[in-house]
Amino acid sequence: MRIGKVIGSVHATRKVQSLTGYRLLILEVLGKGLKPTGEKLIAVDTIDAGPGDVVYFVEARDATLALKHELTPSDATIVGLVEDFE
Amino acid sequence: MFIGKVVGSVWATRKEERLKGFKFLIVQHYEVDGTPLRDHHICVDLVDAGVGDMVLVVRGSSARQTEKTKEKPVDAIIVGVVDRIDLEK
Repeated sequence: MRIGKVIGSVHATRKVQSLTGYRLLILEVLGKGLKPTGEKLIAVDTIDAGPGDVVYFVEARDATLALKHELTPSDATIVGLVEDFE
Repeated sequence: MFIGKVVGSVWATRKEERLKGFKFLIVQHYEVDGTPLRDHHICVDLVDAGVGDMVLVVRGSSARQTEKTKEKPVDAIIVGVVDRIDLEK
């Protein structure tokens, strides 16, 4: 899993049926000391995250395991909200 | 997922049996702020996208997690046509 900050969202009315109902959020990937790495990606939201939230997300094939139906194409899924970080 | 623009299509009559019936589009990577990148991917189109459309692409083994691409030799699929991008900064 990696950590990222929600910086926006993507809207797509025409999409694969299994993705219907999910929000797609833009994440800025954070690295050491929660500093932005420069990498950005789009992830499926399962925790109702919003702009500014720091979240953790699963990637690759494992990202589909976090969704209701495994046969949903996601290569990045937000699974938790980071409340504190040391 | 990443965002990209459809810039062309690929036709191949002679291909792997399980790829028959798919439409292949060439997608150029874009930054979420609209900056074009150099990287391109050939993607299986699942949403009837066309040249010029901004699309959402899923890569890797996750691309096989759909009814149509399940257990097929596919590593990039177009899963949506982008209507709008909201960026905080």
